[in-house]
Amino acid sequence: MRYSGLRVLKEALTGHKGWKPAWRDVAPQAHYDYIVIGGGGHGLATAYYLARNHGAKRVAVLEKGWIGGGNVGRNTTIVRSNYLLDGNEPFYEHSLKLWEGLEQDINYNAMISQRGILNLVHSDAQRDAFTRRGNAMILNGADADLLSTETIQKRYPFLNVNNARFPIKGGLAQYRGGTVRHDAVAWGYARAADQLGVDIIQNCEVTGFRIEGGKCLGVETNRGYIKGDKVASCVAGSSGRLMAKASMRLPIESHVLQAFVSEGLKPVLPGVITFGAGHFYCSQSDKGGLVFGGDLDGYNSYAQRGNLPVVEDVCEGAMAIFPMLGRVRLLRMWGGIMDMSMDGSPIIDHTHIESLYFNGGWCYGGFKATPASGWCYAHLLATDTPHEFATAFRFDRFAKGQMIDEKGMGNNPQLH
Amino acid sequence: MIINHPILGPRDSAEFTYMGDAALLDRPDWQAKDALLQFVDYGYLRDNPAGPHIELWYHEQGDRSFLVVTRDTTTHQISSVKLASDVARGRGRSK
Ligand SMILES: Cc1cc2nc3c(=O)[nH]c(=O)nc-3n(C[C@H](O)[C@H](O)[C@H](O)COP(=O)(O)OP(=O)(O)OC[C@H]3O[C@@H](n4cnc5c(N)ncnc54)[C@H](O)[C@@H]3O)c2cc1C
Repeated sequence: MRYSGLRVLKEALTGHKGWKPAWRDVAPQAHYDYIVIGGGGHGLATAYYLARNHGAKRVAVLEKGWIGGGNVGRNTTIVRSNYLLDGNEPFYEHSLKLWEGLEQDINYNAMISQRGILNLVHSDAQRDAFTRRGNAMILNGADADLLSTETIQKRYPFLNVNNARFPIKGGLAQYRGGTVRHDAVAWGYARAADQLGVDIIQNCEVTGFRIEGGKCLGVETNRGYIKGDKVASCVAGSSGRLMAKASMRLPIESHVLQAFVSEGLKPVLPGVITFGAGHFYCSQSDKGGLVFGGDLDGYNSYAQRGNLPVVEDVCEGAMAIFPMLGRVRLLRMWGGIMDMSMDGSPIIDHTHIESLYFNGGWCYGGFKATPASGWCYAHLLATDTPHEFATAFRFDRFAKGQMIDEKGMGNNPQLH
Repeated sequence: MIINHPILGPRDSAEFTYMGDAALLDRPDWQAKDALLQFVDYGYLRDNPAGPHIELWYHEQGDRSFLVVTRDTTTHQISSVKLASDVARGRGRSK
């Protein structure tokens, strides 16, 4: 069934009796050409592009819980392509372009809103760094605009530009950045993949791999063994736990990141704004709640919940730039498990085990990467060659000294 | 989280800086034949378990000692805290 305005009207007039489930509920078959493990945004996008771009026929997505229950449904929904390094920027710009055409492509309203993102600058050194980054973005075909304090004050009169400790000295804007309805991304990709014949199997946890003679033959699950010609891990924060079952150690630590939503307000915040002196990023949802976040809690965690010191730190960041928020009440907060890599950049690569592939290490920027991650991972799976925009995301970059370290933090996952 | 410091008693974890898996205490032998490979593993690969994790916490806002803490990564519960220097000595190291 195609979704359209006309369809909504027709259903409204006929008691909404014609809507069908957006994807089939299927039992696993015994054998697939491609098994994608993990029904998050990346896994579902991978399955969709495998079918759409490469004509793959027998594809399954195995999800241990329900699709969209992982990070794709927990993030602060910011999309952008404001990276500095060559290994990253073309990939993220490709992703932003895919976001721009996604709703038409998958016939699903993902509420993609290019409301713009502004990274604030608080020192001369930071302005130099952001100027360089803006130039790198423009060289890679993205948009970037360096703003003066006066312009910022005019556009965002509620910002405290004269904070004694962290005055606002300008900002780097990307007008094509913005927010996307995160759940809709999971549902939209699932529905589109399902229509191309992909089996989306929920409540199916992969508990092990069957590996013989250095080749992966399939996966053990709580619903029995499933044979797969190619097996693709795509489980984000659970990467370490899953790949340990193939006796692999990864350049990844799992950390908890919290997100926050305030009570609903009238429109107060146009676009996404990030504080450059601490770590704080904020946008306003269409329902009116302010959606914001900050740093990781900073220690290995699989608990999906964080602790109070970070809550305090995030709220301090908010008060430093938006004093107007002082009396706003926090409505909800939650945590998600991030696959923090050793250089802050992801991995899309085959493993040393034949027919076993890996996608992970997205840190806390993986939502914006969803379309390109699926696109490039599907390319790797179908052709056994890396996609041109993902050639740098290899396992062996650590051994070869070719890290993609945007922040220059070294092998400290909690600092990326 | 409260970390029960062996010398200073219970301290707020916010006083500490997290330094990662305590396997980092055992630096590979730089003269080994395969030292390069060993150092890549040492520097970049982690067990990253879901469950008990033995890890290093540095008391940066306190007495500057390194602690070896056993903490469950699924509950954040801490079951053991030792001075890293004691742990290293226990493994026959001099300092
Ligand atoms: C609080 C928070 C804020 C964030 N903010 C942003 C942001 O503003 N912008 C941005 O770009 N990114 C953001 N991110 C990061 C982004 O959400 C993630 O990087 C991205 O969603 C990860 O990819 P995914 O969607 O495939 O992961 P997930 O949705 O986590 O998918 C992985 C799936 O694998 C399943 N799984 C795990 N183990 C198994 C198994 N053994 N068998 C079967 N299935 C399994 C899980 O149940 C899960 O559904 C944020 C993350 C968090 C937690």
